[in-house]
Amino acid sequence: MKRYLVLKNGSIYKGNGFGSKKIVHGELVFSTGMTGYQESMTDASYYGQMLVFTYPLIGNYGINRDDMESLHPTVNAIIVKETARLTGNWRSQMTLTRYAEIEDLPGISCIDTRALSKELRSQGSMEAVVVDSLDEKVIHEAFERPLAISSAQMASTNSIYQAPNSGLRVAMLDFGLKDSILRALAKRNVNVIVFPSDTSAEEIMKINPDGLLLSNGPGDPLNISYALPTIKKLEAKLPVLGICMGHQLFALANGAKTYKMKFGHRGFNHSVKDKNQTRTNFTSQNHGYAVEEASLKNTDLEVTQREINDGTVEGLKLKNCPAFSVQYHPDASPGPHDAEYVFDEFIDAMKVNQKAGNK
Amino acid sequence: MPKRTDIKKILVIGSGPIVIGQAAEFDYSGSQACLSLKEEGYQVILINSNPATIMTDTEIADKVFIEPITVDFVSKIIRQELPDAILPTLGGQTGLNMAKELADSGILKEFHVELLGTKLDSIEEAEDRERFKELMLQISEPVPESKTVNNIDEAVEFANKIGFPLVIRPAYTLGGTGGGFAYNLDEFKEIAHNGLRLSPINQILVERSIMGYKEIEMEVMRDHKDNAMIVCSMENVDPVGIHTGDSIVTSPVQTLSDREYEMMRDAALKIIRNLHIEGGCNVQMALSKESMQYYIIEVNPRVSRSSALASKATGYPIAKLAAKIAVGLNLDEINNPITQTTLAQFEPALDYVVTKIPRWPFDKFTSADNHLGTQMKATGEVMAIGRTFEESLLKAIRSLEIGKNNEDYQDTTTKDLINNLMPATDNRIFEIAELIRRNVTIEEISRITKINIFFLDKIKHIIEIENSLKTDHSIELLEIAKQYGFNDEEIAQLWHQNSDEIRDLRKQNDITPVYKMVDTSAGEFESHTPYYYSTYEQENESIKTSKPSVLVLGSGPIRIGQGVEFDYATVHGVQTIQQMGYEAIIMNSNPETVSTDFSISDKLYFEPLTLEDVLNVVDLEQPEGVILQFGGQTAINLAEALHKRGVKILGTTVDNINRAEDRHQFDEIIKKINLPQPKGDTATDTTEALKIANKIGYPVMIRPSYVLGGKAMEIVNSDDELNHYMHNAVKVSNDHPVLIDSYLLGSEAEVDVISDGDTIVIPGILEHIERAGIHSGDSMGVYPPQQMHRSVQEQIEGDAIHLAKALDTKGLMNVQFVIKDGKAYVIEVNPRASRTIPFMSKVTKVPMTQLATKIMLNHKLADLGYQTGLVEQAKRISVKSPVFSFSKLPMVDNTLGPEMKSTGEAMGSDKSFSKALYKSFIASGIQIPNTGTVLFTVCDKDKATAVNLAKRFRHLGFQIEATKNTQEYFEKYDLKTKCVGKVANDDVINPVTELYKHHVQLVVNTIDNSNTTFDDEAKIRGAAIESSVPLFTALDTVSSLLTVLEAQAFDVTAL
Repeated sequence: MKRYLVLKNGSIYKGNGFGSKKIVHGELVFSTGMTGYQESMTDASYYGQMLVFTYPLIGNYGINRDDMESLHPTVNAIIVKETARLTGNWRSQMTLTRYAEIEDLPGISCIDTRALSKELRSQGSMEAVVVDSLDEKVIHEAFERPLAISSAQMASTNSIYQAPNSGLRVAMLDFGLKDSILRALAKRNVNVIVFPSDTSAEEIMKINPDGLLLSNGPGDPLNISYALPTIKKLEAKLPVLGICMGHQLFALANGAKTYKMKFGHRGFNHSVKDKNQTRTNFTSQNHGYAVEEASLKNTDLEVTQREINDGTVEGLKLKNCPAFSVQYHPDASPGPHDAEYVFDEFIDAMKVNQKAGNK
Repeated sequence: MPKRTDIKKILVIGSGPIVIGQAAEFDYSGSQACLSLKEEGYQVILINSNPATIMTDTEIADKVFIEPITVDFVSKIIRQELPDAILPTLGGQTGLNMAKELADSGILKEFHVELLGTKLDSIEEAEDRERFKELMLQISEPVPESKTVNNIDEAVEFANKIGFPLVIRPAYTLGGTGGGFAYNLDEFKEIAHNGLRLSPINQILVERSIMGYKEIEMEVMRDHKDNAMIVCSMENVDPVGIHTGDSIVTSPVQTLSDREYEMMRDAALKIIRNLHIEGGCNVQMALSKESMQYYIIEVNPRVSRSSALASKATGYPIAKLAAKIAVGLNLDEINNPITQTTLAQFEPALDYVVTKIPRWPFDKFTSADNHLGTQMKATGEVMAIGRTFEESLLKAIRSLEIGKNNEDYQDTTTKDLINNLMPATDNRIFEIAELIRRNVTIEEISRITKINIFFLDKIKHIIEIENSLKTDHSIELLEIAKQYGFNDEEIAQLWHQNSDEIRDLRKQNDITPVYKMVDTSAGEFESHTPYYYSTYEQENESIKTSKPSVLVLGSGPIRIGQGVEFDYATVHGVQTIQQMGYEAIIMNSNPETVSTDFSISDKLYFEPLTLEDVLNVVDLEQPEGVILQFGGQTAINLAEALHKRGVKILGTTVDNINRAEDRHQFDEIIKKINLPQPKGDTATDTTEALKIANKIGYPVMIRPSYVLGGKAMEIVNSDDELNHYMHNAVKVSNDHPVLIDSYLLGSEAEVDVISDGDTIVIPGILEHIERAGIHSGDSMGVYPPQQMHRSVQEQIEGDAIHLAKALDTKGLMNVQFVIKDGKAYVIEVNPRASRTIPFMSKVTKVPMTQLATKIMLNHKLADLGYQTGLVEQAKRISVKSPVFSFSKLPMVDNTLGPEMKSTGEAMGSDKSFSKALYKSFIASGIQIPNTGTVLFTVCDKDKATAVNLAKRFRHLGFQIEATKNTQEYFEKYDLKTKCVGKVANDDVINPVTELYKHHVQLVVNTIDNSNTTFDDEAKIRGAAIESSVPLFTALDTVSSLLTVLEAQAFDVTAL
């Protein structure tokens, strides 16, 4: 079935529809990862976005049981050059197209995804719709459909839940967390209690946590400024680790500013320099907003990590507290594991804090 | 750390002559490294014995030494040049081994020469199986159970403990020479025995076979600061069991989930960090198809064939950056040469699919064992890029130029096809396609071959499109077929039209290719790399500039008869075009070469060299013209077709190219200008051939017309032999006649000519050392001529000038002569750059390719300071020797003859002929014994010459052994000769046992021209090659070897 991807600027890409036949409207972004489509499609940071994969063959290893980052797809649509009709991996349980059908996820294949990504690179991320005809009315109506604005709130859990374990106790504020963060903590025997994004500091302190983790999540951090007082209160009491959206909220809570990037960082090959290490690390990234470095001037925050090419602030630390954050995903999934040490630093910070508290 | 300032002068070691397993990729890495070091301000000294390379050009290094890569010669250069450091990790295994030998010899310590790049100890840790295994155990990286053994008993003991299948890998051999899989004890003993002998340290690794696992490779880089990254991941379509050099390989990995990919990435990085690699490195791994279990296969602690492929597949120049790391720079301090705005610490993201297919020599070596295993047999490779796997695969297949993408399997039963799948041969991909055509399920094919069903489904998809095309002639399907890589020719066949009609139809319907950029970042960063591939999609990124341009066609994959020397010509052509103010555009399909680096030309199209693909680029670029003369026969074969379609061919016109290549037209010219030529004619059937042969008299030289490298060329002595040839060797038809010439047993010579139509310059005459009957590519050659009479030289000069005028040559031409009784006869003319261009350019110092390019751009030789005639001879004497890869190709008939068999060449030059000869022998890898035993087994017609040679050996103190007939003959001439028995009779002492016992240091073996391979003779030659004993099959070569030995020896004669 022919379907069309129509961009806000009027560009039209003709392709073949697969999965759901519904008309969708969303922000169009691209990822340069050559593997990991399953993780990305279910990564809540992409909530409500249309995801373009720059690697042309998608679905080669199918969809498996274990690599989900949430229970269901979080993206609005997937845009690909080609989907594999047969998969080549023992873990595969179904093809990508079958999964898209089951999950009611619209997809388009046969798209010149390189042309599309380059267009997004030069003009910035933009809104787009997937429609069945080029009728102006249809397109217009599609663009009228509401975008997922407060997406972080949408992506967050509605109720508190626990990922029990025998070690340290971490409270996680959920802005649309990826399961890989839970896995990384579980690997370190951390007992995680996940809270909805609007939970108060008092509520969180009731469980007597050893540390606070601010999760990743989709959209503009300014849309969830309601979480800032909670962060501000807790960082004085607990070691804090912010990841991605959590990093941006951590910055905002301490008086810094964020901005929307032209087309963001989405991929696995962004190299980041941690000033405490000699070597640089490849990181898994997925963000359309970033912390404005100039705004850090009169705050207690210092930059600990930077992307080596464009200098984007990738890590922050509070000067006198064990509270820090990273813009990338130390939990990877998909992407390289080079920065997994961030979790160990968080664990160490909690242990140090525990000792200090016990004294 | 910034770059080192304590070192100023760096010696770079090249990889020497091209052999299977170590080919053009090291010319690429070596020249990149030298340029990269020069760019950083270091003084670069280069040693390489291979003249047919770009790296041995004087522009590449500050000083270039074309000398044998042996401890003696490299030490001499060290003493003379006093370099501060050596960079050994870019010259393949040859470079590494030389570094080890130099370190062992103590010279590096003596002269305080530092080894740059990965430290020697790390290299040893990576290459020594036992140490490597220990390290893997230490860092918990899994390796298959294995044992390193130094003798057969230990090997058998281990085999009995583990069970089969087992794999045997000899230590320190190129391309896995001498390795293999064993399924039972008998096979095991044979392979283990062979492997132990071939390993220079008599060591093999025996290990559990992981055959059938997914074979994954990662090209990794690491620097001083411990920055480490994956440049490129590759997945072999052929699973573990076939050497990766003989496997179809795709990049990036296709069937690994991110979880698996990252697991293997972690392993690769952990390994190179623990090995303290500084530079480029290749990690080979095997991943189970049913679990997360993986094994580390091996690590190459240097740039390799795979890193050349990875550089071209990603655009990321590994060798260039490895050189910078070697001098202390770090990845996060070096600018990324592709984007120029980002840093080199960047893992490339691909937005296309790359397929590499090896190019095997089995079209030339029809008797060779074409089964693929752990020993690499390919001479070269092609790479193709597409936006679908199918497209990249089909583009790669047509880049092979083997003329069979729809091979006719009419006469092969399905059962036979299935049986052929395992063990695999070079035809497997075509057999799989045919089986799918016959509705054999891909599940069944996967069960047999263990090839991932994902890849088989892609082949199935191609067949489905092929089937649809048979009945559906719609534009929609045409477009789909193009998107999946079908060429016009294939579609035309299925539609019963010609390819021009398909082309027109496409153009009418706007189905034309677009060109996409290879930019390492999948479009994320703006790049300026002028590196493109075609595909059928929406957006074209290659924009024609306003500058007038010239398109140069490369020569495609390296194969016997068409090697790296054509890349030399291509690159020089491109550079000259740029100097002349034009935009230079290059098309080529070979990832191993210098010409396919994006920095060489103004625009690089990585494309197959077929008519359609060239026309497409011409349509877009509208060049002033196309240069075909540098791309070997590959490019010349396109001349007429391009010309017919209105493409302007620069240089010699197509009519004149045809006049040189078409036998009848050429004969007319020879007659017209009255040049001596061996009698000959053309035949289109056997009766005619017999008539001609009898008219001119036997022996005759017979070959098909339009050949490359002397394919199917033979010397025939009788009607019987001629009949045999006509029925077995060639398919003759009116379109494909055979050429029959009188075979003159004289000496041979050749000249390369540069002509602008008015001035005709002959830089020099290359005199062959072996007499006629041995292909010019397999002959040793010397410049300036040593034994050629002045009058003959003058005749050759005059004849070449006449020919160039008669053919109105504009650019290069190569003429070959046979000299008999003081008269030179023209035997062949090639209207293009020849194999000898780099050698002759270097020894005569006449930049032939550059001059030819200028001529093609309308410059006159007279204005460039040249005049008609032979250029004044150089004083220094230079000898070119062929280098063979017989040890990699069992069952290839290794007797030299009219068909070319060498894979590379080496050069030796010095002030005297014997010294130059000596160097040339040494450089080509022949161990010249000073004492010992020489085994003669020669045919009757050679006995008279042989006895004199044997006497010369005796005089030098050698002992002589011979088979019965030869021995009797020698004794008759008062030569004491030990008689050895016959192999066939299983005599206790026979030539083969003598060789295996190392009783023989040199073998001279000749056979009749009848080309009937005697079993005994083949076994003797095989044994000589296996035991690395120098084997000579041409008496002239032996004579020149004696010249060397005699020059070295003190004469001991009684009063």
